[in-house]
Amino acid sequence: MARVWDSQPIAFPGDTFDMSLPAIQITSLGKRYQLGAGATERYKTLRESLANWWRTPDRSEREFWALRDLSFSVQPGEVLGIIGQNGAGKSTLLKLISRITEPTEGRISLRGRVASLLEVGTGFHPELTGRENIYFNGSVLGMTRAEIRSKFAEIVEFAGVEQFLDLPVKRYSSGMYVRLAFAVAAHLQSEVLIVDEVLAVGDAEFQKRCVGRLRSVANESGRTVLFVSHNLAVVQAMCSRVLLLSGGRLAQDGSPSEVISHYVRGASSESRWTRGELPRVEDSWAFELIELQLGGEQPRMTLRLQVELRCGGSDVFIAFDILDAAGVPLMQALPKATPFLKPTPLRCRVVIGVELPPLIPGAYAVDAWVGSDFSRTHDHVRNAVAFEITESPTTGRSVAHTSDHGSIVPVSEVIECHPCDLT
Amino acid sequence: MQELIIEAGKSEAHYWRDLWRYRELFGFLAWRDILVRYKQTVIGVAWAVIRPLLTIFIGAGIFGTLAGLKYDGVPAVVSICAATLPWYFFSSALSESAGSLVGNANLISKIYFPRMILPASAVVVAFVDFAITMVILAGVMAWHQVWPTWRLLALPLFTLLAFVTAMGPGLLFTALNVKYRDFRYIIPFVVQFGQFVSPVFYTTTEVQEKFGDWGRIIVAINPIVAVIDGFRWAICGTTEMHWPSFALSGAFSLVLLGVGVWYFRRTEKTFADVI
Repeated sequence: MARVWDSQPIAFPGDTFDMSLPAIQITSLGKRYQLGAGATERYKTLRESLANWWRTPDRSEREFWALRDLSFSVQPGEVLGIIGQNGAGKSTLLKLISRITEPTEGRISLRGRVASLLEVGTGFHPELTGRENIYFNGSVLGMTRAEIRSKFAEIVEFAGVEQFLDLPVKRYSSGMYVRLAFAVAAHLQSEVLIVDEVLAVGDAEFQKRCVGRLRSVANESGRTVLFVSHNLAVVQAMCSRVLLLSGGRLAQDGSPSEVISHYVRGASSESRWTRGELPRVEDSWAFELIELQLGGEQPRMTLRLQVELRCGGSDVFIAFDILDAAGVPLMQALPKATPFLKPTPLRCRVVIGVELPPLIPGAYAVDAWVGSDFSRTHDHVRNAVAFEITESPTTGRSVAHTSDHGSIVPVSEVIECHPCDLT
Repeated sequence: MQELIIEAGKSEAHYWRDLWRYRELFGFLAWRDILVRYKQTVIGVAWAVIRPLLTIFIGAGIFGTLAGLKYDGVPAVVSICAATLPWYFFSSALSESAGSLVGNANLISKIYFPRMILPASAVVVAFVDFAITMVILAGVMAWHQVWPTWRLLALPLFTLLAFVTAMGPGLLFTALNVKYRDFRYIIPFVVQFGQFVSPVFYTTTEVQEKFGDWGRIIVAINPIVAVIDGFRWAICGTTEMHWPSFALSGAFSLVLLGVGVWYFRRTEKTFADVI
């Protein structure tokens, strides 16, 4: 194998691993999930299964590739950031690398031990003391008893919980809890460390220490770190290389600044729909062209919708439904509630401006409707155009902004906050 | 440096090696569950003793005194105690392991380890309870002045058999419980039903007297019978082994272990996806 010394990290004397071999090599990796008729119910009930015993299996099951055709390799000592929309396949990738779930196709080759720091405090038990939890959590994360014992003092010092070691962690403050959990994870002795959104917790000062710790972990020991985060600033600061996933595929692979700026800019902010064939019904209004442009900046984003219509015989008005990725209508833009478009013998063109409420990152679809009153539809184009929002409306937010927190983020402010005497 | 290849279907190859490699985590899991178990309840250890103790006295009262069943010439309390302890081990191992995966869903969805160590550590926790309840046996035997014979030396062997017997259905129920979430409603029923189908409150010699050899063999189509008969043989010291039924029941528990392991491994790969 030809060695390109310039692109390789420097090997320290006494290093046990061959730096010329990648720490992680992924070849055409894919993971398929079956979506049942009820896509949300993943486990079955015995009752249903028995009831379906004699029926032919449900062929309507849909397949869904969470990840497809993914190939890349990571050199030892690299800090690789992985970014992308919710549902782009980031978590699936980490789950495959950490062996939680099996790939459907392709191959992963790992050199060295892999430890995941998927969520701070996994396996912490509230009833156990800090000391007991350090041992248990360390073991869960893949440390041997001897390793935990040798790192014990360091862990306790990093977390700063000396006095509370023999207290059940249910009595810890949330800050102490998080610090202890991160301290255990940060002292893992593995060649590959997988980090998923752990920095989303704790105060700013502690977060800074975590970033520092992770960076030194990578630099000093030549360990490989895979880092998934929605906090682009931290990704930029920490990583030496960034992968952008989109729709389960690798969209870009390059330097942090390059990939991140591409990601922020390149998110689909324009979308266009044209009618393939005209509808049969004559003398009826119909959309022929719908164009969408996303503008503005979070939390004040705007849509510009430009439509061209073939004119019908009556006065009409138009409306747009905005739906989230799951197809749930979030809101309806109705510029005028009474018919305002007059029939003309020609086509007509309408431009509508929509001021969006602060929306969480994700993909959104727009349905277009034209009718002469609320109950009389001339044309209704579902999923006509779409747009994607990449940034959270809450600036500085580091936790993944998912629909668990609702789709719309109301504008809120602190009106009053000062010390006061309650007596 | 060791290279690990992950491919579809590859986890099969290293299964048993991985199981050995994760023995320390297995130990920690069992240790955690035991700690938590005795920390959470105020009466802690006492609870493990009170339940079988009440069962033994109520059983002895109803079946020994009221119904007047015979217990191979030993006091009803001693004989019922010798059967209740392994039965309690079996039934609590079954229900604890069945819930072990669902109860540790956060671990399963975040960390890789051979899933089998979860139900296995639940069985170990049930075993610790069992060891504690041996105190009852000692007390009851001393009270009724039933002294152990050399046969007691065979008790560890039957305890091992109890382990095997609990493990098979435990794995099976665990996997079924993950796959079919309504399966948990069946488990208490199986346990309750099993207590009467199994010779806990009556003896297999009594069955043999009333229904002949075949009656005893039919009762032995139940994995726990070999364990209970073995315990009574070793503790009471007044009965002889009925080898055909012992072999049948013992073979049945080995078959169940095989089926349990097979089914568990077959469904294990998808646990993280469905849980």
